Amino acid sequence: MTGHLASIGRVWLRNAWVYRDRWYYGLLPNFFEPVFYLLGMGVGLGFYVSTGGAFDGDYLGFIIPGLIAAAAMNGASFETTYNVFVKLHFGKIYDATIATPVGIEDVTLGEAAWAITRAVIYGGVFLLVTLAFGTAFDARLLGALVAIALVGFAFSALGLAFTSVVPTIDLFSYYFTLFLTPSFLFSDIFFPVAERFPPILATVAEFTPLYRSVQLMRGVMQNGGEGVLLDAGYLLAFGIAFLAFAVWRMRKRMIQ
Amino acid sequence: MGVSAMTTPTPEAISTPTVVRATNLSKRYGSFTAVDGVTFEVHQGEVLGLLGPNGAGKSTTMRMLYQVTPPSGGELELFGMRSGLDARRIKGRLGVVPQIDNLDEELSVRDNLRITARYHGLTPAESRRKAEALLAFAELEAKATVEVRALSGGMKRRLTLARGLVADPDLVILDEPTTGLDPQVRLTLWDKMDDLKRRGATLLMSTHYMDEAERLCDRLLIMDGGRIVAEGTPRGLIHASLPPFVVEGRLIGGDDTPFRALAVEDARDFVRSGDRVSVFVRDGADALARVLEGGADADRTFVRPSNLEDLFLRLTGHGLRE
Repeated sequence: MTGHLASIGRVWLRNAWVYRDRWYYGLLPNFFEPVFYLLGMGVGLGFYVSTGGAFDGDYLGFIIPGLIAAAAMNGASFETTYNVFVKLHFGKIYDATIATPVGIEDVTLGEAAWAITRAVIYGGVFLLVTLAFGTAFDARLLGALVAIALVGFAFSALGLAFTSVVPTIDLFSYYFTLFLTPSFLFSDIFFPVAERFPPILATVAEFTPLYRSVQLMRGVMQNGGEGVLLDAGYLLAFGIAFLAFAVWRMRKRMIQ
Repeated sequence: MGVSAMTTPTPEAISTPTVVRATNLSKRYGSFTAVDGVTFEVHQGEVLGLLGPNGAGKSTTMRMLYQVTPPSGGELELFGMRSGLDARRIKGRLGVVPQIDNLDEELSVRDNLRITARYHGLTPAESRRKAEALLAFAELEAKATVEVRALSGGMKRRLTLARGLVADPDLVILDEPTTGLDPQVRLTLWDKMDDLKRRGATLLMSTHYMDEAERLCDRLLIMDGGRIVAEGTPRGLIHASLPPFVVEGRLIGGDDTPFRALAVEDARDFVRSGDRVSVFVRDGADALARVLEGGADADRTFVRPSNLEDLFLRLTGHGLRE
C-alpha cells in the first residue's frame, strides 16, 4: 500500500517536473480565459439578460460558479485525454515506467492525481480572477477549492476511462464536441435547464457530472452549503467508478 | 561511482547464483504461440545472449522476465522469487533497456535518469548522485540539461542504456540494444557493455547480429519459432554442430563438382544458393587446394571460419534476417 502511494506520488512528480519547466506558457491563457468570459458573458450579455430583474439582476454572479466548475472540468479533461494518450501511444513512456517497480495502476492513479492538480490550478486561477468581478474574499473560497478538486477528480476519471478505450487520437473530438460542449451549455451554468426544456431532458442533464459540479459550486459559493453533500457524494462515486474502470482497462492494454 | 556499486554482489546473490530460472515457459496470444515452452537459466555474472530472427520469441521472453507480460504456462523465478507474485520487488532489481528508445521526451537528459531513479525508490539526493554518475558513464555530461528530443540517435541509445542502470540492477535485460544503429554507434555501445561485463554485471541480451553475440556473450540460446533450438558458448555451439571452416565460391558456368566433392561426410555440408556455394570442411587449407585443383576460380574462392550465421542456417533451415 505504501509502495503504491509512493509510486503514485512519483508519477505525479514526473508531471510536476514537466509543468515546472513550462508553466508560464500556459498561465497567460489560463488567466485571460476567465477575464474574457466574465467580461463577454457576464458584463456584456449579462446587462441585457439581467435587465428587468431576471437572475435577481445579477447575471454575472449567476454564471460565476458554473464557469469555475467548467474550468476545472477542462483542466482535468485535457490532461487525461490528449496528454495521456500521447504518453501512452506516441511517447511510449509508460512502457518505460512500468519496467520499474511502478505498476500500471500506479501510473493511472498518478495521472489522475496530476489531472486533479491541473484542475485546481486552472479552476483556482479562474476563482481568483472572479474576485475582481464580485466574488467575496472569505472562507467560502476554501470550500470552492475543495469543490474544484472534486470536479477535477470526476473528470480526470472519466477522461482516463475514455482514453483507456479509444484506439486513435481523432476520437477525442467526439468526447469534447459531443459530450463536454453540450455539458457546458446545458448544465445550468448559463440558465436553468429545467425551465426551458422538457422534464425528460432536464432529468438527463441533472445526472451528468458537470451539472452536479455546477450545483456543488453554487452550493458552496452562494447557497450556504445547501445540497453540497449529495453533489460531492455523486462526484466522488462517479470518479471512483470510472477510475476503477480506467485502471482495469489500462492494465489490459499494457500488461499482455 | 554509483555504477561501480553494481559489482558488489549482495549476500542474497552469492547464495543464489541462479538469477533467472525459467521452466517450460510459454506465451500464447489466442491461437498464436509466441514462446513455446522454453527452459533456461541465467547465472550470476554471465552475459547470456538470445539469438534469433524477428518473431523468434526473444522480446516476449524478455517481457515475461521484466513482468509486463504474464506467462501462459510454465514456471518463472527471478532472484528466487516467483514471477507475478513479487512483480514490484523483482522489477526493483532489474534494469531494462528496451528495443525502442522510450525516453521521456518532455524531460531533460538528467531528469530522465533522476525520475527513473525515483521510480526505483531512491531518495532525491541519491537520485541526483546516481544521475551524475550515469551521465558520466554515458558520456552525456555536456547534454545534461538538454531535452531528450534534441539528442542524436546514438546519444539516445546511450541514455537508454544508462537509464537501465539506475537501480544498480542484479540483472540487466537488453532487447536488441544495437538494432538500427550505425556501425560507429554500435561500437561505442559495445564498449559500454564490455565495461559493464568487466564490472561483473549479469546481462541478458537479445540480438540478431552474429558479431555482437560472438563478441559480447558468454553463452547463447538460439531461438527460432518460440523455441530454444540450441544452447552453448558461441564457439562451442559452432564446433559441436559444424566443421570449423567454410570454403566459399562463386561458380562460373554452373559446375559445382569440385565443391560437391568436398562434402563427403555429411550432405548438409554442401550448400548452394544460385551461383554461390559454401562447403563446410575440417581442413580449410587442404580443401581450398583441392577445389582450385578441381578447376574453381581462384579469385572467387576463399576460406573463412564457420560462424553463428552458418550455425543458425544449419539448425533452422533459414537465415537470421529474413
